[in-house]
Amino acid sequence: MIVIDQKKVQSKMKSRIYRNQFFKYLFFSGTLICLLVLVILFTRILIQGFPYLDWQFLNSLPSRKPEEAGIYTALNGTIWMMAVVAPVTLILGVGTAIYLEEYARKNKFTSFIQVNISNLAGVPSVVYGLLGLTIFVRALHLGTSVLAAGLTMSLLILPVVIVSAQEAIRAVPNALREASYAMGATKWQTILRVVLPAALPGILTGSILALSRAIGETAPLVVLGVPLFLAFLPTSIFDEFTALPMQIYNWTSRPQHEFQSLAAAGIIVLLGILILMNSVAILIRNKFQKRY
Amino acid sequence: MALPEERESHSVRDLIVLKKNNRKKKAIEKLVPKLLLLTAIVSVLTTIGILFTLLIETFTFFQRVSLFEFLTADTWYPFSNPGEYGILPLISGTLRVTVIAILVAVPLGISAAIYLSDYASDRTRRIIKPILEVLAGIPTIVYGFFALTFVTPVLRTFIPSLEIFNALSPGIVMGIMITPTIASLSEDAMSAVPYSIREGALALGATRFEVTMKVVLPAASSGIIASIVLGISRAIGETMIVSIAGGSSPNLGFNVTESIQTMTAYIVQVAQGDAGYGTTIYYSIYAVGFTLFLFTLAMNLFAAWIARRIREEY
Repeated sequence: MIVIDQKKVQSKMKSRIYRNQFFKYLFFSGTLICLLVLVILFTRILIQGFPYLDWQFLNSLPSRKPEEAGIYTALNGTIWMMAVVAPVTLILGVGTAIYLEEYARKNKFTSFIQVNISNLAGVPSVVYGLLGLTIFVRALHLGTSVLAAGLTMSLLILPVVIVSAQEAIRAVPNALREASYAMGATKWQTILRVVLPAALPGILTGSILALSRAIGETAPLVVLGVPLFLAFLPTSIFDEFTALPMQIYNWTSRPQHEFQSLAAAGIIVLLGILILMNSVAILIRNKFQKRY
Repeated sequence: MALPEERESHSVRDLIVLKKNNRKKKAIEKLVPKLLLLTAIVSVLTTIGILFTLLIETFTFFQRVSLFEFLTADTWYPFSNPGEYGILPLISGTLRVTVIAILVAVPLGISAAIYLSDYASDRTRRIIKPILEVLAGIPTIVYGFFALTFVTPVLRTFIPSLEIFNALSPGIVMGIMITPTIASLSEDAMSAVPYSIREGALALGATRFEVTMKVVLPAASSGIIASIVLGISRAIGETMIVSIAGGSSPNLGFNVTESIQTMTAYIVQVAQGDAGYGTTIYYSIYAVGFTLFLFTLAMNLFAAWIARRIREEY
């Protein structure tokens, strides 16, 4: 009995091979389109913004005249905000991760916290803005200060920091912990002197990536009411401020072409900071990541 | 025989010091987990905070505007007197942009995922994957700028009737933005399909494309669907692209060439303006925010449910 009809198979072979080739190139071109868009986006912004990018641009206050305007206050405000975001997020994020990985028992409460964290990661940033507006700006009377914005941003990136710190801590092999206990160390001594140093590169990499997200995030700041335009610098965390993405947003929404070029120049600075932070993160990962 | 000197120095005083230190150590050992639990509770408090602020302010809103009007009226015009608060136009704006974004992101993301998991060599994958992830790391404000100053003008040369603010341009750019999410999660799902299954199909004479379509995609379908649902959730919650390039004219319908307004863009518009604290407009952003929150929460839970429910075991 002949199960396979050779002639039938042969007659279809050509079109099957042809289809195979066709889709290979189709899938490849799908990938290529993404890369192409990236290239267009970068070149477009570079071409438009580069002529405006000079020392004076980095060092000037915002102005109604495009040729005099700069990002000094915005850049300063972003640094001020990150000075609040970085410590708050690191303490809360790493603390939570240590608790969940090292101390928490596997019970309903722990898995509730875990599910809660992954759900928080999916909440739109604009909703965090509403939370910050109600709690920090209005209820705690912090106004649109560096502190209010910094705390809002911290809550926004906290889930990302927690999850990456958890992964880093989980990757530390148990043998190290056991060895430390065997030497007579207590649990906290083991965590502080063995687990955390071993997990540090992973924690830092994840945290830097999360912090770079906070630098580029705009929507929560707009909802909080952070001014789009400010001609003075903050001197404490209770002062008003403006941030780099807010300044870019301000320039983008103006109809004049010069301001849009300024926005492009601002974007170059913003992307430059992000690329720098990402490179540092990758460098830390490659240099210190031990393979156990 | 001379014993080590320390042995003799264990005087009563030293023993007391030792015991005190031990007590201190024990206190620290007890205190630390409690402090760490406090930090863990912050994330629970965040959720409670989000729910409470949204619920309370939304409740105030519904004391002034009926829930029935909010859900069924077909005009959203809060700045008239009295304001009209029917959320359907905002939802319609959000959905138009989201549908376009998904139409762009699903074909691009899944073909990139297939290429990376089944066709690309190890070296190519190691180069292309990080570059794709750069797309996911670009701030949304940059995408917004790109949509308004580049994509819209380019589209207008092909579609002259396209308004300066429209749903099409932010939709396309948003699609590019969520492509890496879909590509990366789908690729994870496809790479998790064991090679023995692929090789079984290849040994039966299937071409690579047939293996992809009839073996890999069905086996990875739960992960792929979950990635698409997560992409939809991100598109619904995305704010800056639509605020910059989408416009601020809430309207109901299917037209993607005219100016629209999404839920997120409305929140931004009001927060930026001077809607005084305590006005109905002020409370309306919480009602809209709550609706948005419910949409994204439903999507996220759905994605988690799919990933858990139809997980293939090998």
